[in-house]
Parts: sequence; C-alpha cells; structure tokens
Amino acid sequence: MSKHGLLIEYEYCFGCHACELSCKQEHDLPIGKWGIKLAESGPMQIDEDRWSYNNVPIPTDLCDLCQERVKRGKQPACVSHCQAGVMKFGTLDELIKYMEIKTKAVLFVPRAPVNI
Amino acid sequence: MESMKWRWQEGDMTVTRTTPWTGPGCHNGCGLLVYSKDNQIIKVEGDPETPFNQGRLCPRCLVLRKVVHHPDRLTHPLKRVGKRGEGKWEQISWDEAYDTIVDNVRKIQQEYGPEAISVWHGTGRNVWHLGAKICYSGFGSPNVTSLLSGLACYGPKIVQNTMTAGFLPLPDCSQMFADRYYNPNWKNPECLIIWGNNPFVAHADSVRGDWFIECLKRGSKLIVIDPMLTWAGSRADIFLQLRPGTDAAVALGMLHVIIGEELYDKEFVEKWTEGFDRLKERVKEFTPERVEEISWVPKEKLIAAARLYATSNPAAIQWGVTVEQHKNGMSNILAIQALWGVTGNVDVPGGNILSQPEYFYRVPRFTWGWEDIPKEMRQKRIGAKEYPLVTIALCDLVYDAIEYGKPYPLKMAWLQGTNPIATIAMDPRRLHRIMQENMDFVVVLDLFMTPSAMAWADIVLPVASALERDSIRTENYGNAWWGPIRAVNKVIEVGECKSDEQIILDLGKRLNPKAFPWENVDEMLDFELERAGITIAELRDQGIPYYPFEYKKYEKGKLRRDGQLGFETVTGKFMFYVKQMEDLGLDPLPFWEEPPQSPVSTPELFKEYPLVLTTGARRWGLFHSEHRQIPEMRELHPDPEVIIHPDTACEYGIRDGDWVWIENNYGKCRQRAKLYLGQHPKVVNAAHGWWYPEKPGPEPSLFGVLDVNINQLLKPGEFGPTGFCAPYKSNICKIYKATEVD
Repeated sequence: MSKHGLLIEYEYCFGCHACELSCKQEHDLPIGKWGIKLAESGPMQIDEDRWSYNNVPIPTDLCDLCQERVKRGKQPACVSHCQAGVMKFGTLDELIKYMEIKTKAVLFVPRAPVNI
Repeated sequence: MESMKWRWQEGDMTVTRTTPWTGPGCHNGCGLLVYSKDNQIIKVEGDPETPFNQGRLCPRCLVLRKVVHHPDRLTHPLKRVGKRGEGKWEQISWDEAYDTIVDNVRKIQQEYGPEAISVWHGTGRNVWHLGAKICYSGFGSPNVTSLLSGLACYGPKIVQNTMTAGFLPLPDCSQMFADRYYNPNWKNPECLIIWGNNPFVAHADSVRGDWFIECLKRGSKLIVIDPMLTWAGSRADIFLQLRPGTDAAVALGMLHVIIGEELYDKEFVEKWTEGFDRLKERVKEFTPERVEEISWVPKEKLIAAARLYATSNPAAIQWGVTVEQHKNGMSNILAIQALWGVTGNVDVPGGNILSQPEYFYRVPRFTWGWEDIPKEMRQKRIGAKEYPLVTIALCDLVYDAIEYGKPYPLKMAWLQGTNPIATIAMDPRRLHRIMQENMDFVVVLDLFMTPSAMAWADIVLPVASALERDSIRTENYGNAWWGPIRAVNKVIEVGECKSDEQIILDLGKRLNPKAFPWENVDEMLDFELERAGITIAELRDQGIPYYPFEYKKYEKGKLRRDGQLGFETVTGKFMFYVKQMEDLGLDPLPFWEEPPQSPVSTPELFKEYPLVLTTGARRWGLFHSEHRQIPEMRELHPDPEVIIHPDTACEYGIRDGDWVWIENNYGKCRQRAKLYLGQHPKVVNAAHGWWYPEKPGPEPSLFGVLDVNINQLLKPGEFGPTGFCAPYKSNICKIYKATEVD
C-alpha cells in the first residue's frame, strides 16, 4: 500500500471540462460541487509570436481519487475520460520518476484517500 | 471480423456497448459503455476498445444521462389546442397523431400538390436519410431542405471536393486504422494546419480534436489560421490572425508563395492534376503585400506559413465549417484544397487522405427514396433549375416560397431534429412571421419542447434519444468520411418516445406501404445494410469493422468506379478548377470577393457599425441549440457570450459580464460581454443557438429566444453564385451596453 497521486501534463490540457463532468457523474455531485475544477491562466502575450495560455484541473477536497473505482481495477473517472490524455494516476514513486523527465507537469496528492 | 461483446452484466448493472448517434446532437458517434439498471441510465463511460475515441469522451456524453432522463423530455405525442404559439397542448395517442398527419398530407397534396410539403432537418446525423425517405417516398415531395442559408455546413465542402478530388480529403490522424498511432503505414504529419476551426471544442464531422493533440505530442509543427487566438493558437508555431471572411485571399497568397518559390510537388502536379497553369496565373495577383491589405495577416507570417507547410513532408490541413460560412465559401474551399493539391499531400500517409469506397455506397444516402419521385416532380425541387449543384431545396428560396408562394406555396413543414428559430435560420423574425401567416400544417419531432415547436407546431412527436434507439452509425451524405459503420443499440425506453426509424416506418406504411415494405425497424436496418453485406444482428456482434486502408489509391486504380488510375473526377485528375462550375458560366478558379457587408464593401455603413461580426463559434459541450436545459452545461455557460477584446470593450465602456446590445442594419440582440485578450480588437464573436428553457414558452416569450438570437443580424439571400455558402461569419455590427430599462 503506497501513497497515490494525480499527475497532469498541462502543456496539452486544452480545457475541455471532461474531467469535471466525468467526476460529477461518477460521484453524483450536484450543481455547485466539483471533485476537480479547471483553472485557466492566460492567454497572455509574451512577445510577438508567443503566448502563455494554460489550463490545469485542480482536485478539490471532494476528490478521493475514485477509491471505489480504482479498487475495481479501473482508472479514476477523470483519467479515463481526459480527452488530451494528459492525466496519470499512480503511486507517488512512479509519478515522481515521471516528473523528472517532464516539463509543464504538476503532481497533486489529494488529502482524502491516502492508501488505496 | 472478430466478434465483440456488446451487452453484459456488471454487478446489478447492465452494460451496453453503443454509440450516441444521435439526439442529442453529435458529429462523431464515439464508443460508449452505458451502465443501466431498471430502465434507468446510471452512467455513460467512454469505451476504451473503440479506436475512434479510445475511451475519451467530451462533455456531451458525460451529461448524456441528464439529457435522457430530463423532466422536460417530451414523452407523449401532443396536438395544439390553442392558437399557434399559445402553448396549449393536449396529449394524444400515436394513432391519433399519425391519422392527423395523414389527413393533412392528403389534404395538402390534393389542394396544392405534393411539392407543397417540405421536410426540414438540422445537424441530426442519422436523421437526414430518414427525413429524405419520408419526404420522397411518403409525402411524394422533392423538397427536403434545411433552413441554413447557402446550405453552409459541410455540404459545400463535400460537393466541391467531390468535383475536384472525387472524395472529401481528411487530415490523416491515423483514424483509418484500428491500431491508430501505432500503425506502421501511418506517418505523423510534420506540419498541421488548423484552419478556421477549434477542433478541441467542436469535435466536428467525425474528426476528434484530441487526435491533433496526439500528433503534436509526436512532434507535428502547428499553424493556426483563425480570427481569434484560441488555445490552439497559443500552441501554434505560426498563428495567422485573419479578418473573418478573407480565407480565400490567405490561401491564394500562400499558393502565390509556394508556386512562386517553386516549393510545389512538380511530379504530382504534372502527373495527377489538371488546371495548374490556370491556377498559377490566378495566384499571381495575390502577392503577400496585397493579401496583408485584404486579410490583416502580416506578409512575413504569411510567407513563413506557406514555406513551413510546403517544405514539411507530409503536411495535413484540418478545416472548420468556417470556410463555407461566407458568401465566398466555395472559393475558400477551392483555394485551400489547392494547397494540398500543389504540395502532393493527397492520399499520402500524414497528408490529406481520401477515405475509401468501402465506406461509401453501402448504406442509404440522403437521397433515399428519390427514385420514388416522378421525373416531372423532381424538377419542381425549389432551386433545382437555378442552382443545379445544390441537391436539396435551397433554404433562401424556401423563405420566398413560404412568404410569396413563389415558385409555388409551401404549406406543410416536417421539422425532424431542427430548431431553426433558435439556430440556423437567418432573420428568425421573418421566418417566424411567415410561418405563422402562411404555413398550414407543421409537425415537429424532437426530444424537448423547443422554441420552434412552441412557435409553430400543430403536432409534436416525442423522439427517442440515442440511448433509446436501434440504429446504425455512419451515414452517407456524400463522399465524406463518417467513420466506421457501427450498430447503435437501444438501452432503455422513455415514456412513449419512438425512434426516428420507427416513426418513419409507421407513417410510411400508412402513406405508401409499397415503399416501406419492412415489418419492423430491424428489417429496415437490414435493408439499409444490404450493400454492406451484413445484417444489423451481425453488425451488433461484430463491433467495429475497419476495412483495410491503402494510401495513394489514385496510383492503384482504387478510387474510380471504372477501375482506371487517377481520381473520380471529370478528367480523372485532381482538379485545380471546377469544370462543372465553368459549364454553368461561373468562375471555375478560386477567387477573392469581399463579404457583402464589410469595412471594404460597405465603408459608409461600417462607420455606423465599426466592428466585424462573426458568429457560431462552438462553446464547450453545447451542440447548437441543445443542452440549454441541462444544469451541468448551464453551470459552464449561464448565458450567451459575445467575445470582445478588452481595449474595444473599454472604448465602449463595457465591462466583463455586462449585457450588451449587438446591432446592425438588419437587427439586434443582447448577449453578455466576455472580455478576452486573444480576440482581435476589430472583431466580435457572438454565440449562436441560445434560448432559455426556464423562461415562459408561449408567445411572446418563446423561451426568450429572440432576445438573444444573433441571427437577427444576418439576412438570408446573400448566398454565393453556386447557391452554396452564406455569410454567417462575416458581417458588421456595433455594440453598446444594455441599460436596466432594456
């Protein structure tokens, strides 16, 4: 049993809300409640040819990393449905190794479900 | 083909493998696993076994259960008992609904002739051939139509590319292979152009946006051509921010550079194309300097984009509906397709590929039932004589038929999966008035009571959603890719809703039993699949048949029906001009023309309306006028938004979130201001398809539709010379803050 997390390579997150809505469906969350929520930064013009424009989904305190689902051998709902294929679920050991070779990535360790 | 399980139990839930095709609307039909229990949808997940979407899903399917089980769903046939638009309805049986329809059809046929009956459709993907079948074989009328000016959505692209290449070329994102990006024959495009499209939001025309992400991850360079910097633009190596409606000029400018600098594929051009010298002559005048003046695109960037595209091998272009939503749309299409023509990126791995004949000729097309119409009646199709390239009744002339009875009156409308007062119709107030005044009998088939149903319907029929329907995914609306053929499998039932197939079959049997000989829907689907050589039962078990895909089919005699080498066109070559247009006395080469109303074509008017208006850009999760009653979607989009550059907003004293009027010489509407730095300061981008299901339905409210409908600023009749394409995305307007009195 080891600690788990959620890694997001946000270079290619295009902000489609699939993570938010798959989470709402999985956990039957009502309007106004979210298990994960997109944050948008930009667009901000850096120079003539470059823009900074990033989306990062952030797990809320309702996120339990889909404990029940994962026990059934599935990926968390947001990871399964992420259209850009930029979310990874795994143990911190493997995700940290992955972080070492990536840029524009962020690793979340939500509080709720520590051990799966 | 391997067999594939399509239904099983997981605990107390039944899992059904299917595809949402359609109602609610969708362009793609991704693979779904639907979890249900006791006639209730518990959840909808992406099917990881479907190569098309690989388990990924967009917001539309992730709220599908909320659509299916929404309390506002129509669940019984209704008949109008008050005045039109008064909102007084009485529940009736299906038998009474069918009897009423048959009585009215017979009455109108006798009084005005069958041609007075029209079938209207929207974007519902597996509805078109059914609407056609009931129109042609059931009503006996040649007038299938769509209230979209210039039929400015996909049809023009398909027709134009069928004339120039035989099929509609697609960016090759490995979609032809079940093993996708790992297929050894596929190459990743070295350069991708995304032209007038936000594929990540739109997921249009059986192309998923995330396929381009997979290409970018594998190293594709990206050129984005768009009036607004979207997220895609921020990831572009070169971003060309063009003035709306100047696409043809930009493409001709790129061709000027590519041909002038001899960066084109001489071997392909010489051996496989026709009309290159004429094209070369035409592009001479489109110097980068002149194109900059027309399009606002700096000449250095235009040159860089042309060089990057032409020197990348292979390179692919993805385009949006944008290119055809201008009066000059056919030229936009012709100019852009010349780019892949001159660079030889035709049907090569990682270029623009031609889907192959196995995907066509196999199931009924949108002409299903046409053979049942007598020859004299065919010629009565509205616009048939004036615009022979358009194969359905031309929308803009349909307005005149309803209003003035010219060339003859239209007295019955059958609206199947379309909500034109909220979505596609230009000048919706005119449409509303002439429908109220002149249309004798209106039937609307839909999932919900829409503003159009409320405003006009005499009979409303409740339609089964994609999860309540046995059907087939893949339609042949022309020589275009629609993805692998698949079974749509019914999961549950809601109220007395019936599928589009069932309704057409029931009614067809009453109107013309000979043309509807099938005992049930499965038999009808078997007929539809006859040429594909399988039955619906076999298709369900087979899962997702992928046919072997070959590149460079023109070198192998695999594109033409006669088996010869080359393309299925009039000359057997890839065409840089359109012979069929030349024969009609039209300019057969791509040309540049200003939009009907623009800073250049109407400079005086532009002083009063000093912003360029573009409409209809897709918003996350919303499909045209659908989804406005789904709480999760409204949580994302409470109101329609007009996207304005902050400097422009500041000039007019507008803050983020303010209600603003958008107005021009044709009309006005209100939307909320969204300030956005990626917008061009001279352009505003208004949302389409809005109405408020929570507001009163009866007149004069009509769910608030005319308060916010941007199409009030657009005028029908401004379509292009072929009859195709119309300026949905290139007009002018002014904006000002709405006061509390408004």
